[in-house]
Amino acid sequence: MKKIIYADNAATTAMSEKAIKSMLPYLKEIYGNPSSLHTVGQVAKEALDAAREKIAECLNADKREIYFTSGGSEADNQALRSLALNGERKGRKHIISTAFEHHAVLHVLKKLEKEGFEVTYLDVHENGLITGEQVQKAIRPDTAFVTVMYANNEVGTIQPIREIGEVCKKLNVPFHTDAVQAVGHIPVDVKADNIDMLSLSAHKFHGPKGVGALYCRRGIPLNTFIEGGAQENGRRAGTENIGGIVSMSVALKEACAGMQANAQKLVKLRDRLIDGLLKIPHSKLNGDRYERLPSNVNISFEGVEGESLILDLSQRGICVSSGSACTTASLEPSHVLLALGLPHEVAHGSLRLTLSEYNTEEEIDYILQEVPKVVEKWRSCSPFWEDLQTGKRKHFI
Amino acid sequence: MALYSDKVMDHFTNPRNVGKIEDADGIGEVGNAKCGDIMKIYLKIENDIITDVKFSTFGCGSAIASSSMATELIKGKPISQALELTNKAVAEALDGLPAHKMHCSVLAEEAIRSAIKDYYDKNGIAYDKAKFPDPHDEEEEHNFEEE
Repeated sequence: MKKIIYADNAATTAMSEKAIKSMLPYLKEIYGNPSSLHTVGQVAKEALDAAREKIAECLNADKREIYFTSGGSEADNQALRSLALNGERKGRKHIISTAFEHHAVLHVLKKLEKEGFEVTYLDVHENGLITGEQVQKAIRPDTAFVTVMYANNEVGTIQPIREIGEVCKKLNVPFHTDAVQAVGHIPVDVKADNIDMLSLSAHKFHGPKGVGALYCRRGIPLNTFIEGGAQENGRRAGTENIGGIVSMSVALKEACAGMQANAQKLVKLRDRLIDGLLKIPHSKLNGDRYERLPSNVNISFEGVEGESLILDLSQRGICVSSGSACTTASLEPSHVLLALGLPHEVAHGSLRLTLSEYNTEEEIDYILQEVPKVVEKWRSCSPFWEDLQTGKRKHFI
Repeated sequence: MALYSDKVMDHFTNPRNVGKIEDADGIGEVGNAKCGDIMKIYLKIENDIITDVKFSTFGCGSAIASSSMATELIKGKPISQALELTNKAVAEALDGLPAHKMHCSVLAEEAIRSAIKDYYDKNGIAYDKAKFPDPHDEEEEHNFEEE
C-alpha cells in the first residue's frame, strides 16, 4: 500500500500506543462488571475510579464531577437537555449560543426551539470569534443557559472562554462548552474558565472511539439521560465501557503532558501549510489567523469544488476533508463557513487539513507539492473558474 | 461498500472528453455555483450526428463522472438518440450513484438537452418547446431538506 498522509485529525485521530496498550487487559483478564461485589468486579471498579480521577485532574475538576458517556455528542445532548430542564423549572426559556456550533449542539437547540425555547445565535463575525461582551449583552432575566464551543471543529477558532465564563458567573447564568476539539490540545481549566458543564470525546486526542465524558460542576442538577441502573451516580445507566474509559484517561494524560511540545511543533507545521497554500491564487484562510487550534488549516479555493479536491488528494495518499455540500447528504455547504459570511460558491471550494503530532515536515512538503496541482487541475476544467477568468463572474477572493 | 463504484472513480480519475470546442454547434450550461455544480457541454453536429462532444464541470466526483459518462454515451450518436438519454441510464452506466448524488446524473441529462436546444435555436430548426423546459434558473435554489 502506498504511504498514507493523514491530515483529518479533527474527524478522528489514530490511537496512541499507550492508549491501545492500556485498554487490552480490560478485553481479557479484567472483564469484571464494576457493579459486582466480588473481586473480579471490584478490580474493574478500581480502574474506573482511577480513570475518573485522572480525567478530573486534567481538567482541574473533582472526580465526582466527571460522568462517562458514549462520546461528545451524548455529552452535549445530556448537558443541554439538563440545562434546559433546570431553566424551565425556574421559568427561564431563553438560550444563548452561536450559529456555528457542532450539530450535536445545534440540532438539540433546534428541538428545544420547537418545544418553546427561544435561542439567540450570536454572530461569529468574519474571523469566527465572539466576545464576552456579546454574551453579556444577550443575557436576559429569563436566560436559562449559555452554550459556546471551546474551539470550532471546522475552522479551529478558539473562543474567549474565560471571558465568557466570567460574564456568566457574574450574571449567574450556567455555562456549557463543547470542548471536544480543545481538550488535550490546548489548556482547559474548568475552574479558571468558570465552566459549569463541558463535553469531551476520547477519539479526538488519540483515545478510542465510542467514549467521552461530561463534566458537570457540583451543585448543578444533572438530568438522568439513560434510565436503568445506578451507574454514573444514577445519571447514566449501563455497564461501563471500562477498557474505553481507562484508555481515554491514559490518552488524555499523555496529551496533556505533551501539550506544550506538541503545540509548538504543530504551530510550525500549520503555519508552513497556511503560508504555502495561500500562495495559490484566489485562496483564502477561513477563521482567525492567530486565535486558532495549533492543528487547524481551513482554506477556500475559488472556482473548484471541495469534494473533487478530497477525492483527488485521497488518490495521492492525502486524507483531508471539506466544507463542501457534496461531502454530506445535503446540498448546503458547511453551516460554519456560511456563518463566517462566505458565499455558498466559495464555501463549496474549501479544504480542511487538521494535523497531529504524528505528522512530519516531509508530509507537509508533499501536501504543499500536491494541493496546488490538484487545485490547478480541477480549475482547468471548471466552467465556474473560466467565468471568473473571463470576467463573466466577479472574484470574491 | 465505498461511496462510489469503481466506474465512478475511473471516470473521475480519467474523465473522458474534457475541454471545450471553440466552434461548437451547440452549447448547454446547467446548474449554478451556489449549489456547487455547473455543467457545460459543447457539441459538434454534422448531419444530425454528434460527431464530437466536450465538457467542463464544476462539481463533486459524481458530477465529473456523470459528465464524462454522458459524453461517452452520446458521442457518434444521432441527436434523436441523445435526446432519449435519461439520467437513469447515465447512473446505471456508472454502476450506480448514491441516492443523494442522483441529481448529478440529472444535470448531465439536462446539459445535453440544453446543448441540443441551443443547436436548434442557432440553426432555426423547429422543435417542440414543451419538450425542452428551462432546466435551471441561474439563481434558483435547490429545495432539498437537510436531514
